[in-house]
Amino acid sequence: MGPTKTEDDVAAIAKRWKNKRGSLIMALHGLQDRYGYVPREAAMSLGEAMDVPLARIYEVLTFYNYFRLEAPGKHVVSVCMGTACYLKGAPQLLDDASARLGIRPGETSPDGEYHLQVVRCVGCCGLAPVVTVNGKLLAKVTAETLEASMTPAGAPSRAGTSAAGGAPGTAGTPAAAGAAESQRA
Amino acid sequence: MPRMTLAELQSRTLGPSPTADRPKIKVGMSTCGLAAGADGVFDLLETEVKRRALDWHVSRTGCAGMCSMEPLVEVTLPGERAVMFGEVTAELASRLVAACADGTALPADHRVPGIAELARVAGEPVAAEGGPRQYRIVMRNCGVIDPEEIDEYLDRGGYQALAKVLASMSPEQVIEELKVSGLRGRGGAGFPAWLKWSLTRESPGEEHLIVCNGDEGDPGAYMDRSVLEGDPHAVLEGMILGGYVIGAKQGFFYIRAEYPLAIQRIEKAIRQAKASGLLGANILGSDFSFNVEVRLGAGAFVCGEETALIASLEGQRGTPRPRPPYPSVKGLWGQPTMINNVESLANLSQIITRGGKWFSTIGLGNSTGTKVFAVTGKVKHAGLVEIPMGMTLRQVVEGICGGTSSGGPIKAVQTGGPSGGLIPGRELDTPITYEHLQRLGSYMGSGGMIVMDETDDLVELSRFYLGFCVDESCGKCAPCRIGGTQMLRLLDRIASGKGREEDLATIRRLAHAMQKASLCGLGQGAPSPVLSALRYFEPEFRDRLTMGGD
Repeated sequence: MGPTKTEDDVAAIAKRWKNKRGSLIMALHGLQDRYGYVPREAAMSLGEAMDVPLARIYEVLTFYNYFRLEAPGKHVVSVCMGTACYLKGAPQLLDDASARLGIRPGETSPDGEYHLQVVRCVGCCGLAPVVTVNGKLLAKVTAETLEASMTPAGAPSRAGTSAAGGAPGTAGTPAAAGAAESQRA
Repeated sequence: MPRMTLAELQSRTLGPSPTADRPKIKVGMSTCGLAAGADGVFDLLETEVKRRALDWHVSRTGCAGMCSMEPLVEVTLPGERAVMFGEVTAELASRLVAACADGTALPADHRVPGIAELARVAGEPVAAEGGPRQYRIVMRNCGVIDPEEIDEYLDRGGYQALAKVLASMSPEQVIEELKVSGLRGRGGAGFPAWLKWSLTRESPGEEHLIVCNGDEGDPGAYMDRSVLEGDPHAVLEGMILGGYVIGAKQGFFYIRAEYPLAIQRIEKAIRQAKASGLLGANILGSDFSFNVEVRLGAGAFVCGEETALIASLEGQRGTPRPRPPYPSVKGLWGQPTMINNVESLANLSQIITRGGKWFSTIGLGNSTGTKVFAVTGKVKHAGLVEIPMGMTLRQVVEGICGGTSSGGPIKAVQTGGPSGGLIPGRELDTPITYEHLQRLGSYMGSGGMIVMDETDDLVELSRFYLGFCVDESCGKCAPCRIGGTQMLRLLDRIASGKGREEDLATIRRLAHAMQKASLCGLGQGAPSPVLSALRYFEPEFRDRLTMGGD
């Protein structure tokens, strides 16, 4: 991503939101969707384009947990720590993931491959405990399925990870069907 | 779909019954379903039906409520009752298609109760003896219609409330209908809806604004997500009605960024409604114009509090401010603003079409209508249930949800999330109403209901809830910021076996200060889980005190 490209992207985001009341947070979502985090130079360009002081942008960015200020790893592993997941063993899963990846929650592995984080309830409590890998939800996670999701072959790719329907699924594959079977056991 | 006129909408008849001429297969494709692999099942069904060149209707639908059994697939053969299959695998999906195509019996395995066996829906009488115990007003279309098709909503009587109001009701008459219904805010506090609507309408301002609070932050609750995903037009219709009543031209959906599918579906619903003339300028040819926009939260629990939500919508840090003035007087950009919860709005169209009196006959005492609960934790059948208020906790947790997953006794049930409280097993025969739950030291909350069995450690759980509030405290007021942190330190000490006798009294004193002096509901409610744990399970805390041995 060259500087010109950044400028173009930021300009488009600023243009979309500049004249709408109270839209700074939406514009920042736009940056994070584009880059996976909010790079400082992009925040600076956005401030100029939207006529918002940088201090005010950071005041907002640092308040909300959702915004990341540093580039996350290639694969983002989020362990849900909502109440249902908590009761059903999420703390142990987090410890397992932490040990497996050698990083603490909130950290990115030195090779930039994995970012581990805790999320506060993704609203999928009926299938607790839940982990998301690159936005793809894994249900009724066990130590085994978590381990499998963190191997290069098991991690869902970033493409097609939106929660929208119609993305290529995995349930049709024998491996996923087998996983579903084992969940029932 | 072209823009409709009022007359066209009014003359629209209800759609064909689900047992029409060709087999119909519905796949639950809400977040829960997708997490369990519903997209793969859907693709396989669609491919298989195409490959065999069958004239079947394969469609997506929302959450039927049995979240722990996802992916759910419902098969309806012409002239027959719908059959529901749970935990559907690729292998089962193939067998389903084969059975339908060959005309052999549907597989007997993986069968789960269908929607008709679980619940009656708005319009039917409330359950008689032995019938389904759920009653669905808010979830009436969830798991039934394709949420991405406005026609399916219209086929079920959708937007008829809007037509009725525009054709024949003044804003005052709508408020009167709401008053008769007795509807109270479903976000937790239970403020009478009609009063909020009336106050906002009467407040002077340059413009009036309406906001849908979809910042469902209670960790362990997801009713609002399911309704937004499963029946977005119902919430949108409620918004449009609200806009009409208070005289707003602009509304905002404020939805958690963590709910991408809900956001996508509500955005699609808005586009469809605009194209159909149900939203935008001169709605249905009337002189009422109204627009809505979607704005996203960014991971701050405090933004569920209405004044913090307003700050966030204005593009600021989500910190609350003292009330009064209430948002109904001075809200978004200083204008009179009405903030309603998703579930409250989803009730609206039914209250208008069926009448406030009908609504008021459901429920118990001052708690009319139904409430949707997300029953999770150590429960056998985790999922969403919608019940008439007044049903007991036991009827919900044991009767509908099958008791604990282990089969053992229920130690406690938690309602109201981080601002709510624990209800011990011995109080489970309490009816679910705003007042009854408050008397037990908990509160209705938005609808989280977490079941705990004998293995759950309530000292740890108290730390969990308080830790959540300490993390989410915005830091603006001292009682919440300092009180929460100090109380958490005391709980940490007790949990590690080094607590002292006086710690329990200090916790209670701190709790009192936080409840009385915090600026907003987050700080005021934060001590509740700890206090209720102490109220019913103090011996568990005392046992920890003595563990240190010195």
